[in-house]
Amino acid sequence: METSFGPTAPLAIADAERSPLSLGQLVWLRFKRHKMAVIGVVILILLILYSVVGAFFFTEAEANHTDLTLKFKPPSSEHPLGTDVIGRDILARTIFGGQISLMIGLSAMIVQVMVGVLIGAIAGYYGGLLDSILMRFTEAMFNIPQLPLLLVLSKMLSDKIPSVNLFGREFSGSVVVIVAVIGLTSWMGLARIVRANFLSLREQDFVTAAKCIGASNASIIFEHILPNTMAPVIVNATLGVANAIINEAYVSFLGVGVMPPTATWGNMLNGAYKYIESAPWLWIFPGGLIVLTVLSINFVGDGLRDALDPRALVETE
Amino acid sequence: MSRYIARRLLQAIPLLIIISILIFVLLRSSGDPLATMGGRRVTRPDDRARLARVLGLDQPIYMQYIYWLIGNDWVMIDVDGDGVPETQGSRRGVLRGDFGNSLVTRGKSAVEIITERLPNTLMLMIPTEIIILTISLSIGIYSALRQYSILDQVVTAGSFIGYSMPIFFIALASMYLFAVNFRKWGLPYLPTVGMFDPKVGKTTSQIIWHMVLPILSMSVISISGYSRYIRSQMLEVISQDYIRTAYAKGLSERMVLIGHALKNASIPIVTLIGIDIPFLLGGAVVTETIFGWPGMGRLFIDHLSRYDVPVVMGILMLISIAVVISQLLTDLVYGWLDPRIRYD
Repeated sequence: METSFGPTAPLAIADAERSPLSLGQLVWLRFKRHKMAVIGVVILILLILYSVVGAFFFTEAEANHTDLTLKFKPPSSEHPLGTDVIGRDILARTIFGGQISLMIGLSAMIVQVMVGVLIGAIAGYYGGLLDSILMRFTEAMFNIPQLPLLLVLSKMLSDKIPSVNLFGREFSGSVVVIVAVIGLTSWMGLARIVRANFLSLREQDFVTAAKCIGASNASIIFEHILPNTMAPVIVNATLGVANAIINEAYVSFLGVGVMPPTATWGNMLNGAYKYIESAPWLWIFPGGLIVLTVLSINFVGDGLRDALDPRALVETE
Repeated sequence: MSRYIARRLLQAIPLLIIISILIFVLLRSSGDPLATMGGRRVTRPDDRARLARVLGLDQPIYMQYIYWLIGNDWVMIDVDGDGVPETQGSRRGVLRGDFGNSLVTRGKSAVEIITERLPNTLMLMIPTEIIILTISLSIGIYSALRQYSILDQVVTAGSFIGYSMPIFFIALASMYLFAVNFRKWGLPYLPTVGMFDPKVGKTTSQIIWHMVLPILSMSVISISGYSRYIRSQMLEVISQDYIRTAYAKGLSERMVLIGHALKNASIPIVTLIGIDIPFLLGGAVVTETIFGWPGMGRLFIDHLSRYDVPVVMGILMLISIAVVISQLLTDLVYGWLDPRIRYD
């Protein structure tokens, strides 16, 4: 991170006439000033703790255990958040659902960033015909509305991927499908930003210098140019996690996403609207957790955007 | 200008072809329409094979795409499977307005099914869009003019929360408050499901009454996003020199804001509307599902769950065409709002 911002960093340090701060410190200073972003980080840590530490109190089998005699029980001391349509404990399900939802958010973001950066970087760096082809493709993907496309893809692929075993846990294949599908339908914005930055950066002297010392294209793209365009990538990736969590929730809510018994915050909501009158705890808790997560991530993203803005880096305090 | 429009329309053609190929390949290669045939089981293997030949599913995918695009009434197809084509094809292809017949609703074309539902969706989405624009313009302009006032800060915080809300949460929460709890408290409560009460019939007042909650849920999120955007646009514009000049030559505040500031601030707003228009047609899948509104969104999810490829494909293409056209319209409106933008 410290060396990531070659051109801007010396400027920022020269302007602040005191013990030079590294770029990481500058970013942290500015991020700290965004109170809501700091609160967002704290809430996110608590949410992660909730779904990780909670797993020590329940097993996944308990979360998926059905007991029809216990269905629709309102919150009580035995089931603090109540039970669902087939008598599963909602507290245990929000814990394990949280793990999956957060994991889907992160993994889909990684897919999205990899595809977006790769396509944007190649189009921007090589230009010409390759650029036109890749950008037409990006534009076409942009013009297909995301939610219907997500629904089509996850519906069509959901039964085609077998379950996978990761970290000693069984994930239904639909989790993998959702991650891939969300990642592959949300990279376009990032690709455009990265391409635009590559277009201007590739003309700069440090790229010419790198070419002169015989650096390979891959090395110029990933080691020389990419670090200089990390700021929008980081902001985009952060907000991408929130979008992926919301998208997973939409798709699972509509019943074509992650298949039960694997719980996610989204599929716990599937069908909950039918019991809005009799069992509001079915949707209040998982829905509330989704809102809290997305809100905190958006605050963090907002804080990062301010903190990483190169124009803002110059005037510290 | 007309040359510009012509060029843009010409550019739209390859784009739409790429989109249609993408969607077509996705839909065709990943689901078997015969497996469910709209809920009816086709059990006998030779029936299946025959159906596949009638629907053209035995053809390689590029031929299927060509038949979908330009129809197959110019070739003979082999229905009985003896290797000799004997039946005249009957599909006319998308380019001649034939999206194929629905697999679920027998005897109805995809176009008929879609046009049946389209008015319901427009009935819901157009008022929503109008409400969104009016409220977010008022909020955005007000907060820009009274920057850092209490109301501005409340709105800014509120819009951040609203913007992070998934639509189903707002929909469920508003249903819970205005329908379930209002009834419990003996207040006049709002209906939650459907377009009208079957006991009363499809009257205007019933439909409006049933529209309240869906519109409320959909507008909260968009208003949050748009008002923030309009606020920042207005802030940028009113700090410019020409606004000071307008004040200096003695124009009323109203004239300066509406006539000068808003006109320039509205260019990005036009972008937003341009992005929205196609989705007015597509309807809102989640909202329509929760509120049981018989629109395009519900149609999409219902027919998708039964692999009704022609209808799903038709809806997706309709939205994509709308996206391309509204992008063109947006660009033309830019030129009208800001004379500095020229197209030649």
